[in-house]
Amino acid sequence: MWNWFHKLASPPHFYRIASAFEPWLLWLAIACMLTGAYGGLVLAPADHVQGDGFRIIYVHVPAAFLSMFSYALMAVASGIGLIWRMKLAFSVAAATAPVGAAFTFLALVTGAIWGQPMWGSYWEWDPRLTSELILLFLFLGYIFLRQALAETRQADRASGILALVGVVNLPIIHYSVEWWNSIHQGPSLIKLEAPSITTDMLWPLLAMIIGYQLLFLAILMTSVRTQVLQREQNARWITEQLGTENIHG
Amino acid sequence: MNEFLDMGGYAKYVWSTYSISLIVLTLTVVLCKRTLTNTRKRVLRRQASLKESQT
Repeated sequence: MWNWFHKLASPPHFYRIASAFEPWLLWLAIACMLTGAYGGLVLAPADHVQGDGFRIIYVHVPAAFLSMFSYALMAVASGIGLIWRMKLAFSVAAATAPVGAAFTFLALVTGAIWGQPMWGSYWEWDPRLTSELILLFLFLGYIFLRQALAETRQADRASGILALVGVVNLPIIHYSVEWWNSIHQGPSLIKLEAPSITTDMLWPLLAMIIGYQLLFLAILMTSVRTQVLQREQNARWITEQLGTENIHG
Repeated sequence: MNEFLDMGGYAKYVWSTYSISLIVLTLTVVLCKRTLTNTRKRVLRRQASLKESQT
């Protein structure tokens, strides 16, 4: 087990595994998302209160979930990189940031468009909305900090510390609807009791979340390879790897 | 069909969120793939020029 983990953490090995898995993850993600969208737009019944407007949930909740998942992954990877000085961990953290920012942007925009008919306003300085906006700024801050620092090791360390400090925002986002008077509705899925949503409405949502998660992994497989190439451009295995890739097309 | 597209009066909200999501996710995938391709080309060029300078 340890041996397997050790091997996976080596950049050449990870690079090859990522190349092999990426297309599968991408196609599985597309299949899940198409199924989820069909279930959510066509098969699920309209909501009692929100009518067909509730169908926005199928693009809003997965984006919001992935925005927090990406940040958690970025922080854990940064932590591993800082403690064990593992280059691949920093590659994963750096590759996650732009994707995480995209998901956070989507969560905010789809939420705003949903808020207009339901709350009568695109934006409110509400705890849930504000903390999610701070998450976007954390991702952007991480990206700009890396770009500002030319030396990779320095960029890794500084951005890694920023990612770790920003982790306090995650529980704030999650519990904001319980701690404060929020206009945002409470959780329907992630809580101790059974989900408060019928099966017809639930399965498309789960399909969408799995689809978004797979898409995230597919993008990560591409972006981590970019990071590895940038960091190891002088390594001999890169020459050999790119040589074989060129032969195979 | 029209009833489906109308989304019970929520058409502009539902379809705009789905289109924006599709556009942003597609762009993310395409841009990440393009960055990888460009980086690969750059590294290959760099290594080719290094080899040349050695011989």
